[in-house]
Amino acid sequence: MPHRTEASAKLIYSGPDWDYPLIRRAFDAIERIAVDEMGLEPYPSQVEVISSEQMLDAYSSMGMPLFYRHWSFGKHFARDEMLYRKGMTGLAYEIVINSNPCLCYIMEENTMTMQTLVMAHAAFGHGHFFRNNQLFREWTDAESILDYLDFAKRYIADCEERYGHTAVERVLDAAHALMTHGVHRYPRPRPLNLKRELERERERQRFEESSFSDLWRTLPRRDPDEDRSDPDLDARQQRLGLPEENLLYFLEKHAPRLAPWQREVLRIVRLVAQYFYPQRQTKVMNEGCATSVHYAIMTRLHETGQITDGAFMEFLHAHTSVVFQPEFDDPRFSGINPYALGFGILKDLERICTRPTEEDRRWFPDIAGNQDVLGTWKTAWAEYRDESFILQFLSPRLMREWRLFSVLDDTDADAMEVEAIHDESGFRAVRRALATHYDLARHEPDIQVVDVDLAGDRQLMLEPRVVDGRRLEGANTRMVLRHLANLWGYPVTLVEVDARSEQELNRYQGIAPDPTVT
Amino acid sequence: MVNIIDRRLNPKDKSLANRQRFIRRAKRQILDAVRDVSARRRISDVGQQGEESISIPSDGLQEPSFRKGSGTGVRRHVVPGNKEYQAGDRIARPDGGEGGSGPGGGSPDGEGEDEFQFSISRDEFLDLFFENLELPDLARTELSRVEQDGVRRAGYSVSGSPATLNLTRTMRRSLSRRLALHRPRREEILELDREIDRLERSGKDPERLRELVQERERLSRRSRLIPYIDPIDLRFNRFVPTPRPISQAVMFCLMDVSGSMTEDMKDLAKRFFMLLYLFLERRYRHVEIVFIRHTHIAQEVDEETFFYSRETGGTLVSPALDEMDRVVRERYPPDEWNIYAAQASDGDNTPQDNPAVIERMERTILPVCRYFAYIEVSGERGRGGLTDLWMVYERIARSGRPLAMRQVRRRGDIFPVFRDLFTPAELRN
Repeated sequence: MPHRTEASAKLIYSGPDWDYPLIRRAFDAIERIAVDEMGLEPYPSQVEVISSEQMLDAYSSMGMPLFYRHWSFGKHFARDEMLYRKGMTGLAYEIVINSNPCLCYIMEENTMTMQTLVMAHAAFGHGHFFRNNQLFREWTDAESILDYLDFAKRYIADCEERYGHTAVERVLDAAHALMTHGVHRYPRPRPLNLKRELERERERQRFEESSFSDLWRTLPRRDPDEDRSDPDLDARQQRLGLPEENLLYFLEKHAPRLAPWQREVLRIVRLVAQYFYPQRQTKVMNEGCATSVHYAIMTRLHETGQITDGAFMEFLHAHTSVVFQPEFDDPRFSGINPYALGFGILKDLERICTRPTEEDRRWFPDIAGNQDVLGTWKTAWAEYRDESFILQFLSPRLMREWRLFSVLDDTDADAMEVEAIHDESGFRAVRRALATHYDLARHEPDIQVVDVDLAGDRQLMLEPRVVDGRRLEGANTRMVLRHLANLWGYPVTLVEVDARSEQELNRYQGIAPDPTVT
Repeated sequence: MVNIIDRRLNPKDKSLANRQRFIRRAKRQILDAVRDVSARRRISDVGQQGEESISIPSDGLQEPSFRKGSGTGVRRHVVPGNKEYQAGDRIARPDGGEGGSGPGGGSPDGEGEDEFQFSISRDEFLDLFFENLELPDLARTELSRVEQDGVRRAGYSVSGSPATLNLTRTMRRSLSRRLALHRPRREEILELDREIDRLERSGKDPERLRELVQERERLSRRSRLIPYIDPIDLRFNRFVPTPRPISQAVMFCLMDVSGSMTEDMKDLAKRFFMLLYLFLERRYRHVEIVFIRHTHIAQEVDEETFFYSRETGGTLVSPALDEMDRVVRERYPPDEWNIYAAQASDGDNTPQDNPAVIERMERTILPVCRYFAYIEVSGERGRGGLTDLWMVYERIARSGRPLAMRQVRRRGDIFPVFRDLFTPAELRN
């Protein structure tokens, strides 16, 4: 421990009150532990002190410091405010923004211990995760997000001035309705540069030469159109890039009746959705990472005598209420607490790395007893998302500890059935079911644009694949389809098809755009 | 080096623009909610609470998205805290479906979308409700005359009646004057007297005695010259007369309750009266309501009787006007009260009564009224031609009197008609 003597020199603070020099000292002490001892690599941070009103403000615009204006944010604000004023909910301790530098908001009401905890949690825990997790690296651009939001806000304000509030609102409403289906789920091929192109070409030639076999020539040629019933469909799909699951992208590129500014607005909403997509997929891990990091840092601060026993007790109190997981029959139960689950798995990983049991060696042969907790954690934080993280690392021991069980709810049956519990025969099923729960692709309907009737009435055809017989919710779907039709400018038809049997289950035929939209 | 920035002084109302957008969007639903409420409550109860908790259907406020319905297909819930379940056990589905406890789990975003509840202040509420409405032109031009003499404190003056003497001010000035002019204090003189007395008795030191006596002379002279309270110390509270707008109004509700008025029609009338009450309440500090019902005779009644009891008889309008005139003269002198009247009727009147109505209206009623609104309720089926009363009133209105009249058929008409009556001319299309 290189900093032991220096760090143990003195308390950073005593007493509950904070001021700027203290915050700075605490931040520096945390940084020494996080970066020098733990080897975390967060973005540089910027700590901003805000009041509770400002926290409420930030809540209602997806936690971002600046955002374009829309009534729905006002609606959320009205609700949050009422709940807060009536004392039904508290406010979050912090908000952290995936940007470079990483913005970390702390609230003025909090005590010095809470500020320390929050900085360790947000600036270093979340900061490290944002910077290193594969999904964030692939899909978000921390350098430019704030500039982009600034542009978006100004652009939309300009549009409101030029085309009127109602017109802009209409586009935004529709775009928001499609927001969950405005993300690319898979990386697209990046544009290639000349050098790589040449390399590819050479690679291909080498491959062909090495795998040449005269036998292939003797195979009978297949007619390309032989098994396609509709060659036009093929061509159309080719031209429009169908099937396409990113509905906002499709509309932005191909909707026939949109004005250029409307396309730009769609693009803004789409990029914002894309920016938040990794966060929605890594809730458990992200919070787990931040919670484990703050726990490690605060413990270390206490060990080295930099915070008092009282401060440590205060921290433990806050920490335990954050990772509290009520059981299913508890009135406080409202689903699984991502903080608790993430922290639980990571803590358990620590145990597996350092003091594995026989069972752990069977289940995790490659990491059990490797004595490298931080290395294992960092790999997990970098390479996984919630679904794969749980599937990989949820241990039998933790499932026993939590007494997890999986319930099968088939709407056709008259009662639910306990499918698997925390026993030898059930571990894998429980784990798989829980992981699926965090798989957005299973959670959200899989909807694709499959065809456009270009010769006829330009109707847009959508096809959701129905998995496990779970169909779309009717009223909502109809509303979204109307929004979609407003953007497309012509009727939209949605046909629900069962993914396995390819049978048509339900059909929303020809939802037409509102007559007022021109 | 970390940046620490204090953002607390940044403006707080970042979301104000969003709230305004939201309220604008929700306006129609809020108005609907108010209209529903108005049917159930007593006239004077409406809008009485300090804060209206508004629950509006989220129609148009929904943020729909493609999502899977809860009523179909197969789902798996994984939850902690197993006590006694074994694989293969069957559990009855918890009541109420989603949300709450139990393995229902709740939807991932946990958002119910059926009703949206939030609170707006009563002012915000009424502002929305009466947006753009004004007391009609006529009342506004006369507003300057709607005055009463009042007085208002306006600092201090050097003259006034003894009753308005401001003691504190006066004494303060007296004290500072006495200090400044060195008026001898009473104790000083008493001390001197005692000293003189002692010397006189002992008979020693006549020199000093003479000096003291002279000093005593000087002090008492000074004391006389510098009075304890001088007229220049006096300060009086000053009052100036101020014309004060009358902030009380009385609203007369006149209704024909003869057999031809159906419950439906009365309901329409009630809604209109309620709106008028709310509106006046918004403008005046104190509003009273007088209910006058009439058949061929008229009488003042309470709200209950007014709306819900039946009467039989012919229809004469002039007695109602006479009754109103009587009440005005007895209790509501026009120079102290702003008088408004709203009359609801199906338009029936005995033809012989018409000249009397015209006479009453022009002589006694309209001159004291700020505004007289006549609502002709004709029920769903409507009636083609113009009624007797309508024609009579139309004639009066033509002479530029503060009389407005509209026909109402359905509930939905009430609010538009009301708005129409009170929308200032420059905002009308």
